[in-house]
Amino acid sequence: MSIRHGLLALLSQGPRYGYQLRAEFEASTGSSWPLNIGQVYSTLSRLERDELVTRVGADDEGRFVYRITPAGEADVREWFATPVARADRPRDELAIKLAMAVTTPGVDVRQVVQAQRTATLRTLQDLTRVKAAAPADPADQGDRAWRLVLESMIFQTEAEVRWLDHCEAFVARTAPAAPAAPPADAPLDAPIGETSR
Amino acid sequence: MRDVSRDHGTGAGLVHALRNVSLDVAEGEFVAVMGPSGSGKSTLLTLAGGLDTPTSGRITVAGADIGALGAAARSALRRRAVGYVFQDLNLIPALTAAENVMLPRELDGARARRARRQAHKALASVGAGDLADRFPDELSGGQQQRVAIARAIIGDRRLLLADEPTGALDSHAGEEIMRLLRSRCDEGAACLMVTHESRHAAWADRVVFLRDGRMVDSTPGRTGPETLLEAG
Repeated sequence: MSIRHGLLALLSQGPRYGYQLRAEFEASTGSSWPLNIGQVYSTLSRLERDELVTRVGADDEGRFVYRITPAGEADVREWFATPVARADRPRDELAIKLAMAVTTPGVDVRQVVQAQRTATLRTLQDLTRVKAAAPADPADQGDRAWRLVLESMIFQTEAEVRWLDHCEAFVARTAPAAPAAPPADAPLDAPIGETSR
Repeated sequence: MRDVSRDHGTGAGLVHALRNVSLDVAEGEFVAVMGPSGSGKSTLLTLAGGLDTPTSGRITVAGADIGALGAAARSALRRRAVGYVFQDLNLIPALTAAENVMLPRELDGARARRARRQAHKALASVGAGDLADRFPDELSGGQQQRVAIARAIIGDRRLLLADEPTGALDSHAGEEIMRLLRSRCDEGAACLMVTHESRHAAWADRVVFLRDGRMVDSTPGRTGPETLLEAG
């Protein structure tokens, strides 16, 4: 999640205080990614170091106003113009679990798939209820931004269900697995406790 | 439905399309059925609508045991209590939207003037009041599906059966149809929908999964607001 670019995009609309940036960031993402004020200021100081923002004056309580620099504006334009790479995502636990389920004897892969699909559909129902409770065509800019974030979660959840459907069909089509290879360093005729002698 | 099974064919060609399925759809409840092709989804829907009869088991619609009714009574119940929305919309091209919607009432013997009034009311309730005098080929896919839903609910029919009702619609039009079915249920209708799109199934109160004619799992029914909080 690029807090750095999110804050720069907000500053491209005009100078802001740190606490304003935090509030606006959370409003436009529907509080999906809550920020603490420390994150905001540490990000701002890195942006300042890289000369993408400057501090301009302070109010009576000593709070600084931040303004984007031309280099910062170029950075934001570049960010909007560049697609996000998928390679940065952490390893997918579900994919690993299914891969293990296929190769582990005694595991009913269909059952693993079905349990996950029911859980994922529940999540999808919860997200859809949140969406259904809001107006079909939100008038407010902030509500529209939130709708897009919510739908991003809905479509990702849907993609997981489709992938699970595909896994189920794939497993049903393929023949039962051949016997697994014996564990390393454990000859079949020797009890495990004796192999170290 | 109680312990409903439906076999097709005999001997070596015997197919168990549905095996011992029990399912309730309450008033005001929206239930979605998912499953791979050939899992029995469409069989379930045709049985629920009285378009086919089970090999064994019992199906009750609005208090009436469908199996115990004669053919005439069954088809009267079907027309009076059950509305169908199918993927291929089946609107008659030579009739206007209003005429398509009033057709089931006319077949039921209602006077034309009354049927027309009910058709306008049904069209208005699905947000298609201004489309009444248009012919199907003058309507977009989403508008046609709205008209088909108006036809399904005319005369205040309380059970809606929908088979892939979003068909080939784009995601916006598909969502409008889901909002519509959802609001009909919130107003007290019961809806049973077959779909392969989880994004649409998620509008339902409960999602049941069929595989090889058996019900293998289901999400829990309606839940309180506290579960909504988990969504974030």
